[in-house]
Amino acid sequence: VRVFSFFNVSPVQWLVQVGASAGKALPQRVKIVEVGPRDGLQNEKTLVPTEVKIHLIDMLSEAGLPVIEATSFVSPEWVPQMADQVEVMKGINRRPGVSYPVLTPNLKGFQAAVKAGAAEVAIFGAASELFSKKNINCSVDESLQRFEEVTKAAKEAGVRVRGYVSCVLGCPYEGQVSPDKVAQVAKRLYSMGCYEISLGDTIGVGTPGGMAELLEAVSREVPVDALAVHCHDTYGQALANILIALQMGISVVDSSVAGLGGCPYAQGASGNVATEDVVYMLHGLGIQTGVDLPKLMDAGAFICRSLNRKTSSKVAQATCKL
Amino acid sequence: VLLALTHEYPEYVKIVEVGPRDGLQNEKEMVPTGVKIQLIDMLSETGLPVIEATSFVSSKWVPQMADHTEVLQAIHRSSHVRYPVLTPNMHGFQDAVAAGATEVAVFGSASETFSRKNINCSIDESILRFEEVICTAKQRQIPVRGYVSCALGCPYEGPIESTKVAEVVKRLYELGCYEVSLGDTIGVGTPGSMAKMLHSVKKEVPSSALAVHCHDTYGQALANILTALQMGICTVDSSVAGLGGCPYAQGASGNVSTEDVLYMLHGMGIKTGVDLSKVIEAGDFICKALNRKTNSKVAQARGDNSMHCRMKKINT
Repeated sequence: VRVFSFFNVSPVQWLVQVGASAGKALPQRVKIVEVGPRDGLQNEKTLVPTEVKIHLIDMLSEAGLPVIEATSFVSPEWVPQMADQVEVMKGINRRPGVSYPVLTPNLKGFQAAVKAGAAEVAIFGAASELFSKKNINCSVDESLQRFEEVTKAAKEAGVRVRGYVSCVLGCPYEGQVSPDKVAQVAKRLYSMGCYEISLGDTIGVGTPGGMAELLEAVSREVPVDALAVHCHDTYGQALANILIALQMGISVVDSSVAGLGGCPYAQGASGNVATEDVVYMLHGLGIQTGVDLPKLMDAGAFICRSLNRKTSSKVAQATCKL
Repeated sequence: VLLALTHEYPEYVKIVEVGPRDGLQNEKEMVPTGVKIQLIDMLSETGLPVIEATSFVSSKWVPQMADHTEVLQAIHRSSHVRYPVLTPNMHGFQDAVAAGATEVAVFGSASETFSRKNINCSIDESILRFEEVICTAKQRQIPVRGYVSCALGCPYEGPIESTKVAEVVKRLYELGCYEVSLGDTIGVGTPGSMAKMLHSVKKEVPSSALAVHCHDTYGQALANILTALQMGICTVDSSVAGLGGCPYAQGASGNVSTEDVLYMLHGMGIKTGVDLSKVIEAGDFICKALNRKTNSKVAQARGDNSMHCRMKKINT
């Protein structure tokens, strides 16, 4: 077993060497995409009043997060939590320099989003056929065709589109998912015009080995600068997986304030990784995020009080003086 | 071509299970002796190679460990498992040996203030105390494991110089500890500080004689363990069900969960010899006995009625 040695490394360089992967250092800056208000709240059982959602987003804007996923333009029949999508979009204080993407599963949703003032949208593909069928009632190909309509319209309207691929490290129905399949779907989303593709470990089953393998496959098809990781912490693996991703050149990380959003496939289990815990790790590594951790924790405390639930963030728990 | 992994990982990682001692010691509920024994017996069936069984400290200080002799004498000792016990001084060591201990552990600190507040003496004084224990243990051919606490930060002093950690580790190793476990006592470490600390320590002591004991108080444990593995460490301490909160932050978590560590290692193809589902069972048992929820995310995900239970297993 080859043991790493850091001979003749200057005190400053050791930090760079830690993350070295084929000559690349850890990123100096990481962009955090805050998905709490959408992905987080969508997966919380308690229905949240519109003013609370707006206040949460405003607090997150003040915390320095550069991207905050605000809401979702899906039919309220499917996702009642997001029924107030238009009101939320119109009610938030949009901070200059901050992006507020919204989910748009189809052309209809896209049109409603633009009408409500959205400047960036997001579309969701799956790397698993079964998951696609069970989740949105169509095959992966059919869903991609649907999204092509959206990306075309978005291009014409000058609206940016972010792509998501779910089940990248495992599927609740299919089990193992091939990294090449993920790469194919990511490539199609990227070719359609998505500026960034977020790779989602939807059920949190991934581990660092699988993450490395996945990123190797996907980065052959999509430039690593256009990739993000969206790790779930259902098996406690999220931060380790994020660390590996950083070591492989990823510099965009999705997370959810207070770790909002449980796992719909495991009652009581956790879902999204907590933004506070991610930021703690990044700052500890000397990586800049622009995020003010105390203000972020305030936002987390606020939404947990409103939801009457405990935070899922360990950093928030550790600093709680109760 | 971007290489998938320029890191090499150990083929095998030894897990040191500290739940019955470090874990239970930091739980508020007093645990009946019978329960402790059953927990250790269940853990002995999982394939864990090392299980820290109890602590020969004065029961005045640590009432939870008052039944140390009874526990050590009543457990079914598997021939594949080692059962170290804590011995803070000669008195404890003698009691431990009389009770049948075949391996002991001593605890130093990298922080002066922590040492004074925790065991009422300076680092130097504590090491003198351990020297006696280690010498006597050597004569009796009883292996001694060393621990260094506050390796990545101290609740009183804040950040700790990695060179100071290296100094204390070196002293314990040179005195005769076969292995030294580096403890992130308050869980404040991140991969950056872990790497820096290991870089200093490895200059003084071979990686094969080092272990990491990460606390998950800030959720950083697995990322820190991963970093340690990347730097050649192949022994990891953990606690079933993540037993043992943090005495410095009420309500916060402490030890990293054995189940979550195993999940990561097995997922990476690293062998441990441990059966994860049996550890989950042991965790279930002790949590019921303690009337508390598990801290292990893997155990939570695979709990009853969970779809994850019925899912095709990707990582076992």
